[in-house]
Amino acid sequence: MASRAGVTDRSEATEVQTPGKPHAMKPLSGVLGWADDRLGLATAGKGGLRKVFPDHWSFLLGEVALYSFIVLLLTGVFLTVWFKPSMAEIDYEGSYQLLKGIQMSEAFASTLDISFDVRGGLLVRQIHHWAAILFVAAATAHMLRVFFTGAFRKPREVNWLIGVGLFALATIEGFAGYSLPDDLLSGTGLRFVDGLIRSIPLIGTWAEFFVFGGEFPGTLVIPRLYMVHILLVPAILLGLIAGHIGLVVYHKHSQYPGPGRTEQNVVGYPMFPVYAAKAGGFFFVVFGILMLMGGFMQINPVWKFGPYNPAQVTAGSQPDWYMGWVEGAIRIMPNWEWHLGSTTWSWNIFLPGVGLMGLLFTALGVWPFVERWITGDTRNHHLLDRPRNAPTRTGLGVAGMTCYAMFWLAGGNDIIATHFHVSLNVVTHVMRVAVFVAPVIAFLIAKRICLALQRSDRERVLHGSETGIIERSIDGSYSEPHAPIDIDAAYTLTQHPVIPVTQATPGLDENGVPDPSRKVSRLRATLSHWFAGHQIPKPTRAEIEAAHHHGDDVDGVDPHGPDQNGVDQNGVDQDGADRAVESAQNPRELSARH
Amino acid sequence: MSEHNGLTPRPHSGDNGAGAHDASTAMATVEHVGPIADPGLPHEGPRYTDVNTSAGNRAYVQVLGMLALVPLLAIAFVVCYFAVPKDWVFDYGPLHSNALHLSLGLTGGLAVLLIGLACIHWAKQIMNDHEMVEMRHPASSPAEDRAAVAQMWDEGAADSGLGRRKLIGGALVGAVGTILLPVVVMFADMGPHPGSGLRAATIEKTLWAEGVKLVNDVTYEPIKASELEIGSLVNAEPENLKDEHGAQFVREKAKSPIVIVRMEPERIKIPDSRKDWHVAGILAYSKICTHVGCPISLWERTTHHLLCPCHQSTFDLGDSGVVVFGPAARSLPQLPIAVDGDGFLVAKSDFTVPVGPSYFERDSRHDYKKGDN
Repeated sequence: MASRAGVTDRSEATEVQTPGKPHAMKPLSGVLGWADDRLGLATAGKGGLRKVFPDHWSFLLGEVALYSFIVLLLTGVFLTVWFKPSMAEIDYEGSYQLLKGIQMSEAFASTLDISFDVRGGLLVRQIHHWAAILFVAAATAHMLRVFFTGAFRKPREVNWLIGVGLFALATIEGFAGYSLPDDLLSGTGLRFVDGLIRSIPLIGTWAEFFVFGGEFPGTLVIPRLYMVHILLVPAILLGLIAGHIGLVVYHKHSQYPGPGRTEQNVVGYPMFPVYAAKAGGFFFVVFGILMLMGGFMQINPVWKFGPYNPAQVTAGSQPDWYMGWVEGAIRIMPNWEWHLGSTTWSWNIFLPGVGLMGLLFTALGVWPFVERWITGDTRNHHLLDRPRNAPTRTGLGVAGMTCYAMFWLAGGNDIIATHFHVSLNVVTHVMRVAVFVAPVIAFLIAKRICLALQRSDRERVLHGSETGIIERSIDGSYSEPHAPIDIDAAYTLTQHPVIPVTQATPGLDENGVPDPSRKVSRLRATLSHWFAGHQIPKPTRAEIEAAHHHGDDVDGVDPHGPDQNGVDQNGVDQDGADRAVESAQNPRELSARH
Repeated sequence: MSEHNGLTPRPHSGDNGAGAHDASTAMATVEHVGPIADPGLPHEGPRYTDVNTSAGNRAYVQVLGMLALVPLLAIAFVVCYFAVPKDWVFDYGPLHSNALHLSLGLTGGLAVLLIGLACIHWAKQIMNDHEMVEMRHPASSPAEDRAAVAQMWDEGAADSGLGRRKLIGGALVGAVGTILLPVVVMFADMGPHPGSGLRAATIEKTLWAEGVKLVNDVTYEPIKASELEIGSLVNAEPENLKDEHGAQFVREKAKSPIVIVRMEPERIKIPDSRKDWHVAGILAYSKICTHVGCPISLWERTTHHLLCPCHQSTFDLGDSGVVVFGPAARSLPQLPIAVDGDGFLVAKSDFTVPVGPSYFERDSRHDYKKGDN
């Protein structure tokens, strides 16, 4: 809305419409009439055709993930026309000269055929791989947006859980996909999975023999992964995505706070035509960019790696980005292994591999319920939090990201060592410490930044924005005038509900009788204080009135002491402030308060 | 700065926001707690394309122009598909690529991108751009629906007779539960069952045996002890690997690769139990990492360290393959070797412990530990 070309004055006309406002209507006829006679489309359309979606760039992240998924389905269908999920060994007879006559699996040979002999095949293969990378990346970014804005709160907890499921499945789907070509890199990845499955206590060997149909690698794992990759997981993903979007439609999209945006409404553009054109257009933009990436940016050149050979590996090999953090955890894990009797317990692989992934998805899944338990907040939330207004949550999110980033960096410990000419052993030891220490530091810093931003919001509401202009008064003192902010901005900065701190209920009431009702444990009260304490209080109405009415005469309210003679005497905003106070006393606006 | 003239209520905001507010107060969930009352939706002024006819027409032409380019690009895509030979290479600046691939990506990508840009331009510049307000409904059902469903549930439960004949419910759950058992059992043939016999014949056994020649892993030439220099490393396989075919070949190749290194015997530690496992400082170790099974290949001849490129486990080949760094927990298995009558290196037996990554049933008491003798 900031880009409105040169038109800033506000006109009298207001255009707030309600959907389904009756017009002089002509009834549905023709094809639509025919269809409605049989399908009852009009009733469905009545609810959905002009449905309102709010506009914000961060809402596009989930859309990017959705559109990447559609691109994956389209390109994936094309690839299945030629790909042969077979581990039978054949001699390569295709047109890539450097591998001619070499023995390889049919899976790898057909991947080479797609890359060299099917016109457009390499383009589609590369679009598919880029789309997979973008799908997981966009889904991750979308999940972070939802976390930091508190969009997982009631009533959206179920949709958050669906999202966590989508996130986990997307990772598995991506891994299954890049294992299919049976090149040296993907074969090495499968060998790693073999070791990972084996490491599961008690059942590892059995799981390995069941997954691979016997000893590694066998002939069954690629056909099975193919089934998982093109049927099983996509079908579940499709179902979960349908539910995910269905719930967005049912709950109506959350929105950022601002003037006129309340917990009871949603402000934005109607599905038909604006949102349909924007979102539909955005699908083509995502697809077009992925096509250009597929054309111009090489990804996974399997012909350079060659067919899988269990006796070979390349140094500096890396998985796709979203497996990097697990790879890092595997690399920096100390070599803990138990040898109990005639058994081996491989904690060095099981804990960082299976354990850490389980921990991440569990932590993500339970967070909405943990936060709800800590805050005791059972209300519906449709207005998003500004991340600064939930400092502890934001700090935890940043700590989680930092921890992930440290593991991810550790996945490239050899590359860090060779590029920066440092000892590989030192890098590994540092990362072992960093995965624990860096998140704590990040938490403290992020929380402090949030509180500082809260403080700055408070200052802006009470004293206006810094102008960057230094003025010298007649008597020689310097000061910076502050420009008051408009009421829309002031409202946005003060509208948020403050998260309450719960107190532990005493075990006994005043008569010494145990109080079974409204029990708040001491632990919960402590966590609540940790979560919601220390927040900067919002300016009260009295404080705003004082700051504006009495100018800066009130000592201690304004930390910018030197401009006591500044703002008001320059006449910048005195009468604006007066009107603001009038506005606060405006009967209409008072009536809107509870 | 001119619009920042104080906390100014919009003079016209009365009609605008009030409607939304009055409707909203009826369904309050989170109380409005701010010190400043909601000023209501800001009114959006007209866009440049609304007030300036020629700007509006320009946007119209831009949308049409973008859409008109799409058929041209689509035709170009088809022409390239048939006209550009598969083996042409485009090589200019940083771009070095197959010309057909590149032309399809460029024409197709631009065509699809232009459709999207045209739609978004149309939506942003030409379509009615006034935001609308829609009221939310609570996610929960109305109280009367809840009550109705609760009553229907009670009626249905009464109809079912479960209240008096409780066993039916339990019996049904039990029946459905047991029918899952055959479903699970159906998957028992996913792979052979790794009992101790099968393990001994598969993951605990390799092609190495007494008298099997160590051969170069590329040329399959046998290796003469006298040809190895101090500090050298040779990747080797058992000679009988070449008799294997298809899937069995790959399975064996995943277990049997070795590295042969020659070190000065007086500069390495050779425990008494392994005195006759080497030939004048020539030692053979499994190439398969004991961590997750990568083939290990990075050899540092001065320190006798062998580093796995996957997860950087480092083994000291001058000290019976013990782990000196990284996530691996067990020493690299050493292959006992000797020379035959012609001076070629041969194995004295299979590995004495299973190679490769750990598994639950693995008896790891017999692996070499640092300090063993």
